[in-house]
Amino acid sequence: MANIIGGITTSHIPAIANAMANGLEDTPYWKPFFDGYPPVRDWLNEKKPDVIILFYNDHGLEFFIDKKPTFAIGVADEYHNADEGWGIPTIPPVTGESDLSWHIANSLVEDGFDMTICQEMKVDHGLTVPLNLMWPGHNYGHVKVIPVCINCEQHPMPQPKRTFALGQAIGRAVQSFDDDLKVAVFGTGGMSHQLDGERAGIINREFDLMCLDKLVSDPEDLTKYSNFDLAEIAGAQGVELNMLIAMRGCLIGDVKELHRNYHAPISNTGSGLMLLEHTMPEK
Amino acid sequence: MATNEKRDIPGTYLFDSTMAKKGYGLNKMCFSFNNQEARDEFNADPDAYCDKFNLTEAQKKAIKEKDIIAMLREGGSIYYLAKYAGLLKLNMQDIGALQTGMSVEEFKDMLVKNGRGEV
Repeated sequence: MANIIGGITTSHIPAIANAMANGLEDTPYWKPFFDGYPPVRDWLNEKKPDVIILFYNDHGLEFFIDKKPTFAIGVADEYHNADEGWGIPTIPPVTGESDLSWHIANSLVEDGFDMTICQEMKVDHGLTVPLNLMWPGHNYGHVKVIPVCINCEQHPMPQPKRTFALGQAIGRAVQSFDDDLKVAVFGTGGMSHQLDGERAGIINREFDLMCLDKLVSDPEDLTKYSNFDLAEIAGAQGVELNMLIAMRGCLIGDVKELHRNYHAPISNTGSGLMLLEHTMPEK
Repeated sequence: MATNEKRDIPGTYLFDSTMAKKGYGLNKMCFSFNNQEARDEFNADPDAYCDKFNLTEAQKKAIKEKDIIAMLREGGSIYYLAKYAGLLKLNMQDIGALQTGMSVEEFKDMLVKNGRGEV
């Protein structure tokens, strides 16, 4: 059967891609951020997951507000990035895993999560930046990725309690897949930040650190917040915490924190990198 | 949470149903800026390009004056406005400075202080 072997939280902001493209990793501004990544890369290289389920939000590349899915899942064998409006360089395609993707989609709809199912889906920096952080030089072609896209842009958006439940349902779906596959789950985005309005620039370090603690030991406590609460406490785009919560929903039993690096600011955000393992289900 | 709850957060323009409807044309135009041809067409004749998406006078004025706060008030979503910012070669710190009335350096200093938890 397929097993989830662990979960990772990471930032996904476009400024990271620019920093990597320009070789700025060791500059004073970026070093405290990039120094957090080698232990997570080592873990991935040692454990060699076959599949990554990656929670992110589309920032207006694939989806527009003419039709905005609340939850979308990719079921393709390959995904492509494209120009997001600032003429970014073309990067290699991302490999998909359509069999497990369809299995999860079938299982989720049966479980009450009415997904938008995508056979074609352009993936933006929300998905590609984390992959490039884990396998620099865009060397992620060997790993199969299942994109799960959560609306974090237009209210009404799914509440934290719902995204946590989505993660739990995905965890169950993975376990019920017959093929032996090692799966890691990535929750990307956030943490506290606000890009728009006179309040732009707020970062709530204390809240971010509390969220990282709770993501390890008591994730259900985070589901007491509404998205408006998150906007108030952690900034308008603080709702991206939903992707981290969804990732944590996939993990079960005793969860161990193997690594953490919180750093703020990078660009306008607080960045929370964390590597988690959990109790593996009985074979 | 009550259905259809509104939340008033000072200095914040939550992108909800009211804004999504009001800003539809503006956001659709900014979404089009994913394509280089669209960016070129806008740059060649901004007014004509705004008219193509039926922007209101207030939205056209905000675009012309690069007034981010006015764009937000007129229903712009920051995710799409970011593409207009890209067309103008402005990054998120430039955008932050414009909205808060700070210099870019002052805005960056504020981010550092906020990141350290000093405020």
